[in-house]
Amino acid sequence: MTSLLAPSRRRPVLILYLLLLLVFAAATSMLLGAVSIAPARALSVLTGHGDRIASAILLDLRLPRTIIGLAVGAMLGLAGAALQGYLRNPLAEPSVLGASNAAALGAVSAIYFGLAELHPLLLPLMAIATGLLSLILLFALAGRSESPLTLILAGVAVATLAGAGISLALNLSPNPFAAMEIMTWLLGSIENRSFHHVWIAVPCIAIGILLLLADGHALDALTLGEDGARALGVDLRVTRLRLLLGVAIGVGGAVAVSGAIGFVGLIVPHIVRPLTDRAPSSILLPSALAGASLLTLADIGVRLIPATNELKLGVMTAFLGVPVFLVHLMRERRIW
Amino acid sequence: MVTIRLDALGVSLGRRQVVRDVSAMLEPGKLIGIIGPNGAGKSSLLRAMLGLVPASAGAVLVDGAPVAGMVRAAVARKIAYLPQGQTLHWPLSVERLTALGRLPHLAPMSSLSPTDLAAIDRALERADVTDLRDRIATNLSGGERARALLARALAVDAPALVVDEPLASLDPGHQIDVMALLRREADAGALVIAVLHDLTMAARYCDRLLLLDGGRLVADGPPMAVLTAERLHLVYGIHALIDAAAAAPMVVPLDRSAAGAWA
Repeated sequence: MTSLLAPSRRRPVLILYLLLLLVFAAATSMLLGAVSIAPARALSVLTGHGDRIASAILLDLRLPRTIIGLAVGAMLGLAGAALQGYLRNPLAEPSVLGASNAAALGAVSAIYFGLAELHPLLLPLMAIATGLLSLILLFALAGRSESPLTLILAGVAVATLAGAGISLALNLSPNPFAAMEIMTWLLGSIENRSFHHVWIAVPCIAIGILLLLADGHALDALTLGEDGARALGVDLRVTRLRLLLGVAIGVGGAVAVSGAIGFVGLIVPHIVRPLTDRAPSSILLPSALAGASLLTLADIGVRLIPATNELKLGVMTAFLGVPVFLVHLMRERRIW
Repeated sequence: MVTIRLDALGVSLGRRQVVRDVSAMLEPGKLIGIIGPNGAGKSSLLRAMLGLVPASAGAVLVDGAPVAGMVRAAVARKIAYLPQGQTLHWPLSVERLTALGRLPHLAPMSSLSPTDLAAIDRALERADVTDLRDRIATNLSGGERARALLARALAVDAPALVVDEPLASLDPGHQIDVMALLRREADAGALVIAVLHDLTMAARYCDRLLLLDGGRLVADGPPMAVLTAERLHLVYGIHALIDAAAAAPMVVPLDRSAAGAWA
């Protein structure tokens, strides 16, 4: 959040470009889809004079989808940047660490065992609780280890376990469309989202973003290791608590409406980092902005690629993310 | 100005007691060397001074207040610390690295003020790395890197500076540069505490040496009073050539002394 120094004089420029990209992505997301709507027709809807069909498509279908795409993307990008800074590990991000799948397991359990019908807040709460649980488990297993491999392996274990849990929950549920639903939750999708979903996700994401942005200084200090950070006045227990809650609440809320969309949190900080002074705090806000744009653009791609069923969003982000992941895994011993 | 008092300090790591019953009064304006063989408890003593490990017995008092009860940021503003073998987890520029030293002074979410920028410039200059400010710190040579890390510690502008093995893997020229830098800081009124392995450097630049062995403080005083042939034999198990008479004192290890060898 804090721009610090001379090398980051270009930071305001970077933020400006990212904002422009975000506006472009959001506008395109409103205009493109199965039915493309000319900007003039869209504008007349926004000013309240549009025809009924255009207004239904824009306001009831595309607006919530766009808002969710932007919010979920911002959250995933920021969570990736914060986790990479905290763990001092360029491979960290919510889905690689299993937190996204765990949150999806919570959401699935809430829906398919009928808990979500008891109270509307139970769905996001279950997603947040299981996400938090997975992160605590992960940090206990590998959080103190300096080796990226331990963390990734622990993350794979958590993700696999949560994925199996989702399959089990859906198989046990009375829902006949279980197999297709499994895909949606494991790969993520923001198809057919309404304002009901916006109200679930956006407040959680807002809290998550605020908690994570507040950690910038502590993440910078961690560049010097845990002792180095504490000697600079950082209370690591507070930092860890804020990070765990921020990721769990934000990603939990995001996953509750979109499923586990992978790799956004991994790719985005890597794209953004070389454009900054590479300090962990300097990539937080840019990662949120770039994540919002990336996910929205990926969602437009999903809509435009012709297929009988819409592609899952997670398929798109995995195609983008896996190569980045592999290159970094192979280069891990070198400091780039 | 800051004074650190060690009051019958003990430190345990797990079940092992690594520092026992160390008492000393460390006063400003002095360069104080902490010497002793590997595993003597030097680093643990430093970490306890900063409150990074809790004291298992006794206490560390910073200006009379127990460090255990102080807020972390308050300790950070009084004592700057450069750990042993400092690793950098992100490839920051030297200037950005040095700016980390200002973190104890920053309010949450705020950015650097003109005061902070001036402190960074001063620190870069004191550590003689102004011309390296835009270089990436992880790409520097050992000597440049050591000075860049010192610049980070100096940027804190703390009245006390605690450095753990600042000379490790430096050539003789750069060792002299670093010792001269620490000397200048002490002469300017800071309390400088350094863990050292090079006994000649310790003898030549320090005002006072604390010799640790097995976690105990076995000698404390002016360098040439601490570095006697008998102590070197008992603590390090070495024979050494000690030349205290020369203008610049010398302590050159020669060989293992019989009783100390593999004892």
